[in-house]
Amino acid sequence: MKLLNHTTKYFALLLIVLISVWAVIFYFAMLDEVYDSLDDGLENQKQLIIRAVKDNPDLLQDTEFGVNNYTIKNTHVGNHTNLKDSYRDTLMYMQNEDEYEPIRMLESTFQQDGNYYKIKLITSMVEEDDQIENLFKYLVGLYLVLILSIVVLNNLVMKKVWKPFYTLIDRLKGFRIEKDDPIKSEQTAIDEFNLLNKSVERLTEKSRDSYIAQKEFIENAAHELQTPLAIAINKLELLVEKNQLSGSQTQEVGGVLDNLTRLTRLNKSLLLLSKIDNKQYLEEEYLDMNILVAEVANDFLDFTTHKNISLNVIENATVHYTMNADLAVIMITNLIKNAIIHGDAGKEVTITIDANQISITNYGKEKALDTNSLFTRFKKVSSDSRSTGLGLAISKAIADKYLLQLKYSFTDQHNFMVIFPSSS
Amino acid sequence: MKILIIEDEPQMLENMRQTLEREKYTVETAANFATANTKIGVYEYDCILLDITLPDGNGLELLKQLKQQGKDDGVIIVSAKDSLDDRIKGLNLGADDYLPKPFHMAELHARVKAIVRRRTFDGNKLIEIGNVSIDPESRSVQVNKTEVALNRKEYDVLLYMISNKTRLVTKTALAEHVWGDHIDQADSFDFIYSQIKNLRKKLSDTMASIEIEAVYGVGYKLQVI
Repeated sequence: MKLLNHTTKYFALLLIVLISVWAVIFYFAMLDEVYDSLDDGLENQKQLIIRAVKDNPDLLQDTEFGVNNYTIKNTHVGNHTNLKDSYRDTLMYMQNEDEYEPIRMLESTFQQDGNYYKIKLITSMVEEDDQIENLFKYLVGLYLVLILSIVVLNNLVMKKVWKPFYTLIDRLKGFRIEKDDPIKSEQTAIDEFNLLNKSVERLTEKSRDSYIAQKEFIENAAHELQTPLAIAINKLELLVEKNQLSGSQTQEVGGVLDNLTRLTRLNKSLLLLSKIDNKQYLEEEYLDMNILVAEVANDFLDFTTHKNISLNVIENATVHYTMNADLAVIMITNLIKNAIIHGDAGKEVTITIDANQISITNYGKEKALDTNSLFTRFKKVSSDSRSTGLGLAISKAIADKYLLQLKYSFTDQHNFMVIFPSSS
Repeated sequence: MKILIIEDEPQMLENMRQTLEREKYTVETAANFATANTKIGVYEYDCILLDITLPDGNGLELLKQLKQQGKDDGVIIVSAKDSLDDRIKGLNLGADDYLPKPFHMAELHARVKAIVRRRTFDGNKLIEIGNVSIDPESRSVQVNKTEVALNRKEYDVLLYMISNKTRLVTKTALAEHVWGDHIDQADSFDFIYSQIKNLRKKLSDTMASIEIEAVYGVGYKLQVI
């Protein structure tokens, strides 16, 4: 949920509570005022009637509520001497509404010519249910208008206020550490945003620094490791060449040389992996994968002949893809080599190129490989100590970098598939 | 044949000097940019082995100066930084080859020989050893003027062994040379062994005056009979 909608949501909830509480208080306050006003009216009317009765005693005959809204009844002396004005709510049949409606009634007494009279005055009352209904309607209206104004306010005003924030988010989304300079933002009028911008600026600057440092570290590590390795290997080669060693000593040295060479390869593979991980291969070109596969397959021709494997390339489609050429060669080479090395002698290795997929199949052990650890670094299928166990991991890292899927399946053959995104 | 090695790591320099002197080259050395600069300015060499990272300067600068002076000394860049950038930059500046560290001595010999050969026998490019002659241009091999049919890898092996004649070439060095960077399996030794076996048979069948002998299972050596 967007930030703006989020605040609107809380506003909406808060308003419901506020308006409800306010409605209750408002209702009672209003009702109180209405009673007050009605009672004052009745009181005033009473005095007017009493004055009128003095002038016109005929009025004392109005013993029923007819056209008048009062009645006067003779009463016994004494009974009502202490009777004060009494107000009460009651119901009365209304002609127009054809039902009983609430009314406000004032009962009082007065003295006229020595007789005591009881006077009842009525006036029509607010109908509470109607009142509540009306109040509810208007409050819902108010609520909706408020919410609407908040949404409009958010979208017009808040959007403008939050603009630096969204600009920053956009820039962060597109930020690529290996390509971009640290994010620099313009000054805004809002302190928090300035602080945020500054922090992001510092953070990206720092990340970029450490990225560059790491890059340099890799290159330095290469240099520092390769030179001693080179010296060791060359010294041993010179030693063997001097012909002063016995057969078994030569073999010992040969063993050490083998291992040093292995170490060299391992070092190179690790460097390659970290270079891929650190996205140091930036040059990309539009590659014809068919040509690339044909070339790599051709490189393996002597080797497949030696292993008595027939290497078939079936081209059902032409596949083009934009990626780094060296990495593409490494990825395809590793997969084909893998198939040939683990393929059964005398059988075939088949490379099929379809519209969005290159699959490489070979016969081998009649058992599916563990897909969980297949592309893991240093996971070796064979116990062969000369394998670095990084070949498939490198292919996987390259595939990941270019949004390719690298999949494995087993039917009667082992099948490695490189699946290209369908859009390209 | 005069060779200049520019390399700041003393042991590396010493190894290269020793192995090249055994090939009867005249070897001179420079351990820093300044010395190298002087030597390049004064003398001419058949081949210069150039380390890019020197303590007092960039080797590529030396290469630039060399080409600016119009000299055509063969240059092999020797670098521990196996980065594509440097490789492309170096070759664009006119280097003849790029050899990443670490390398096998046999590989160094093969690369140096190739440069020297290119420069020396301008008209006649045939490599002759005993009664065997090789034309690197057409990748063809003749024994006693009769064509011998070799597959690509057999040819690579033979040329490599000839570049390192009478010297021990280890199996790994050989495998890496013919197989490239991607060898990391036991199968490749197998493969090398079978290539050598075929090659030996073809050489002996055609009565070639060279043979490849195995050395204690560590490697092979090419001998002229």
